[in-house]
Amino acid sequence: MKDRVRVINAVKHFKNVTALNGVSLSVKPGEVVLIIGPSGSGKSTLLRCINRLERLNSGQIWIDEEEVTKPKADIRKIREEVGMVFQSFNLFPHLTALKNITLAPIVVKKVPEKEAVEKAKALLSRVGLSDKANSYPSQLSGGQQQRVAIARALAMDPKVMLFDEPTSALDPEMIKEVLDVMLDLANDGMTMLVVSHEMGFAKAAANKVIFMDNGEVIETGSPEKLFSNPEEERTKRFLDHIL
Amino acid sequence: MATVKKTRIEISDGALIPEREEEAVFSAWRISFFGALALLILLPIVSPDPYKRILEFLPDGIARTFEVTVLSIFFAFFLGLFTGLGRISRIKIINRIATIYVEVIRGIPLLVQIFYIYYALGKFLRIPDITSAVVAMAVCYGAYLGEIFRAGIQSIPKGQMEAALALGMTRNQAMWKIILPQTIRVVLPPVGNEFIALLKDSSLVSILAVSDLLRRGREFASKTFYYFETYTMVALVYLVLTLFFSRLVAIMEKRLNNFER
Repeated sequence: MKDRVRVINAVKHFKNVTALNGVSLSVKPGEVVLIIGPSGSGKSTLLRCINRLERLNSGQIWIDEEEVTKPKADIRKIREEVGMVFQSFNLFPHLTALKNITLAPIVVKKVPEKEAVEKAKALLSRVGLSDKANSYPSQLSGGQQQRVAIARALAMDPKVMLFDEPTSALDPEMIKEVLDVMLDLANDGMTMLVVSHEMGFAKAAANKVIFMDNGEVIETGSPEKLFSNPEEERTKRFLDHIL
Repeated sequence: MATVKKTRIEISDGALIPEREEEAVFSAWRISFFGALALLILLPIVSPDPYKRILEFLPDGIARTFEVTVLSIFFAFFLGLFTGLGRISRIKIINRIATIYVEVIRGIPLLVQIFYIYYALGKFLRIPDITSAVVAMAVCYGAYLGEIFRAGIQSIPKGQMEAALALGMTRNQAMWKIILPQTIRVVLPPVGNEFIALLKDSSLVSILAVSDLLRRGREFASKTFYYFETYTMVALVYLVLTLFFSRLVAIMEKRLNNFER
């Protein structure tokens, strides 16, 4: 099967730091890939390069048949197909949960309002928040906000979802409600790239875990293999810290 | 729940906009506003000559002051909005033009600008005095409002633009649908302050042949020699107006902030 996401030798420098130092990976349609690694290892940068919130210095990123990194790529079109969920949710605080979800389909895809609203309601019920349609983000808990953010991304019918530490800003008791939604998505066949250290989620849903350090992919493997029997010394050391 | 406590920095050269919490019966605002209003009503009753005559002479001026203020703030608002957008524009030339405009205008006293625009424009084209006054005020306040809008736009967290872009919006769509609606709420208090400052500064146009509140007062005083009495009434009218608008801004702010709850 063709790759849904392919990263080839990605290099990204910030002023004095090299965030990505020749990263290559591929994700097949329907695969769930977890990226772990110490902070500063380039995980988030990698995700942000995939929908070009950051631009690579060299290397290529492909989504299906489209090259994201090509200078004249229709990046806006590509972003429609790549959903992103942020650590800090980034809901629009001046809009209700429902309007947060309907805005992009209406503005970007020109979906008729009635249709967009119906779909948003369905998505809200899918993430367990049917009763919160008219709440503003400030009236929702962190876990609820993140679930609305996931629904907002899903409303664009993305073919890949990027999760950038979706549970790190949450209190422990709210993590599960977000992971359950992600698990449901994974079971539904969504292609997902997840930067997270949630081992439980990895074991339940991930096809593949990638360990990154210093802007490089150190090791790739199935969750069982990588967590219990890593090959690389650096992976072992990191896992000792977080397990 | 992560509630972000917004810090408000307001440096104002207008009347203070009352705090939302300030609900004491004898708040500073109430004492000033109703005190001034009471004097405005009582003085003409207690001593109709000259106060009643002054009060009857001023309404034309109040209307003119209003006209200048409202027109100026209207144009200054849009000029300020586009200047603010220009100041953060990634297009170098637009950015540079907006910055130069702000730097130059803020460096020249308003009174000088009013003279300058009146005589400079008057040299090339024949325009009514009031137009010239409005142009001067709008150009001047546009620069100050531009800086307020710029700061307001930049105060919106970066994640908002990123989330909008990640959803496939263009930068323009994100600006108009996501960033600016939030900016309006942030900048309302300082823009309100500028509005009130502009109301007061509109008295400067009385040096042109615009018969605003102050000029009407001066006309009356120089005819009747009631200088003290006239300027007392003029000051009271300005005070009532500015305090009224400061309260109006506070109420609007409260309405717009509903979503923050």
